[in-house]
Amino acid sequence: MALRARLAAHPRQLVPARSQVPRPEQIALLVRNIEREYGTVHRVTGPDDVPAAVGDYLSSHNLPSDFAMAPHPELQNLPWHVRPMLSIRVGRAMPSDLVSVQHGWAAVAETGTLVLPSAADRPTTLNLLSDTAIVVLRASRVVGAYEAAWDMMRAEWRDPLTGGFMPRNVMLVTGPSRSADIESVLELGAHGPRRLHVVLVDDDPAAKPAPV
Amino acid sequence: MLATSPAFKQNASDAMADSGLQKALTRTRAQLPARRAAAVAALPEFEQLRNIGRDIKNHTLANLDFYLETWEANVTRAGGQVHWCSTADDARAAVLAICERVGARTVTKGKSMISEELGINEHLEAHGIAPIETDLAEYILQLRREPPSHIIGPAFHLNREDWEASFRASHTHLPADRVFNEPRDIMAEARTLLREKFIGADVGITGANFLIAETGSSVIVTNEGNGDLTQTLPRVHIVLASIEKMVPTLEDATSLLRLLARSATGQDMSVYTTFSTGVRRDGDWDGPEEYHVVLIDNGRTGMIGTDFQEMLRCIRCAACMNHCPVYMTVGGHSYGWVYPGPMGSVLTPSLIGVDQAGQLPNASTFCGKCESVCPVKIPLPKLMRHWREREFERHLTPVAMRRNLGLWAWFARRPAAYRLATRVAAAMLGLLGRRRGKFAALPFAGGWTEGRDLPAPEGETFFARYAREQRAGRA
Repeated sequence: MALRARLAAHPRQLVPARSQVPRPEQIALLVRNIEREYGTVHRVTGPDDVPAAVGDYLSSHNLPSDFAMAPHPELQNLPWHVRPMLSIRVGRAMPSDLVSVQHGWAAVAETGTLVLPSAADRPTTLNLLSDTAIVVLRASRVVGAYEAAWDMMRAEWRDPLTGGFMPRNVMLVTGPSRSADIESVLELGAHGPRRLHVVLVDDDPAAKPAPV
Repeated sequence: MLATSPAFKQNASDAMADSGLQKALTRTRAQLPARRAAAVAALPEFEQLRNIGRDIKNHTLANLDFYLETWEANVTRAGGQVHWCSTADDARAAVLAICERVGARTVTKGKSMISEELGINEHLEAHGIAPIETDLAEYILQLRREPPSHIIGPAFHLNREDWEASFRASHTHLPADRVFNEPRDIMAEARTLLREKFIGADVGITGANFLIAETGSSVIVTNEGNGDLTQTLPRVHIVLASIEKMVPTLEDATSLLRLLARSATGQDMSVYTTFSTGVRRDGDWDGPEEYHVVLIDNGRTGMIGTDFQEMLRCIRCAACMNHCPVYMTVGGHSYGWVYPGPMGSVLTPSLIGVDQAGQLPNASTFCGKCESVCPVKIPLPKLMRHWREREFERHLTPVAMRRNLGLWAWFARRPAAYRLATRVAAAMLGLLGRRRGKFAALPFAGGWTEGRDLPAPEGETFFARYAREQRAGRA
């Protein structure tokens, strides 16, 4: 019947034009939007540069060198040994953790939004409990609009419990935690992270900025 | 929650004399519309999205039974449980039963207006369970034992000195001589205290901005992250959601999300938009072991098929109250129940009765700003007019007002008498007021002239002048 057909087709409504641009511009839009929402972005040319980028970020902000990290193979396989001072605990975040490193599943350029579905290798607490949340994101995982991220989820994800495509928890994260409850003054770090830092790995040849 | 809506007039007078409230309202009066306008200007498709949002909600409401059943099947598949509750009593009992079964002593809560509507906190407290509000604004209101005054900024009516005073009075274990230099110092104190509560809670209760039939998900939208900590750390997650939160698909929810934050705070997107679907999966490091949705009707199905069905499109963005000259003058508490401003003036009579809330749809200048900013195009002034008609039909309108309306109607149906009466009145008032040009007081209009002067008519009615100028123009 018509209603079932509508659910099965899950038609897209209007997708704003702002994100329907060539790849390099999409990535630039993502970076611009994350920064506008009080996040920071550091672009690196390959996965091997991630440990140095994380280490440098922590030392430049006088942050501790120990952190909780998602047990995701893409993160665990990085050459962390190049930064022997970093002390990594793999697993979920604990309330005392000051820094966390999360695996970025995807990101939406339209509003600078990270897409972080929960999984055994992507604990939700890593998005929430630390003071400084670092997310490692590959440029090939950046899409223009939310609808493209849902399509990716439908194509890639099989939930172990339902057999469907929807993970238990999907967090769309746009900047660090904030509140303006006190006299409408915006303050960062209400309950979640005060800082959100994205290490963006340029793994997508089509997405690289044009040489100057 | 006990309604003080019947005392709206007194509430409004008190509010206008409340200097703290007036200070808070003055601070935000221009700010909120400007933020929304900037966000809307940055998205050229916004106007089209409003039509789409309206249509999605209309489609869902027209097929609500199908979508609710589909959604429930998907919740169940994901290990969750739906508790269907017709009344507020049913919903309170369902929440309490879950909390008692798991032996809960403390319950953390994300901001939820339906929770206020149901009076969940009072019910839990009466049964020895401590509810802890974790949204910064809801937290201070819980300390102060006050209801919210705004649906997205519940402590909208407070100033910084109120925050400081309440924190000093409540957090007596901290040094009395500590200094709050900045709002961030106040926030940091709440953050530290609430961290312990999040970790110690047995159950987390959140509301829902949307329910998604396609996936069986509930969606919450926050900026603080408190809702996420509430639903991630305790062993049990309870979602409170009313039936009209339903949307068919992720794409539909996405379209409404594009409208929600822009209309509410002028953000493109709130910081945390989280889709929850069932219980912790095998291998997960975190997440609730139980996932319950307490699905609440509490009067909504009675609105379906009536003039007021359109109100069920509301996505609770608060744009209508942010742009309302009445709300921005009298504040949210004057409305006397959970939902203030234009949306409250339509919804409250539907949910608690026009006999209780009949004054609210009258508290409108009918400027139409609310409808012009509503992201799902609810014709709020028209719906308020419907309530005025119902109030009149049920003889709930005050006698003096009925008598005056009757008098006006008599003249309005007799144009010759109307013109004669207005000509006499304008001539007399013009004569009496010629010297000063205005009236500081008039018989039978003391309430009106208390706050302003009435300019004296120049002695001629509009009809007479129009007729004279038409003649002159032709000549």
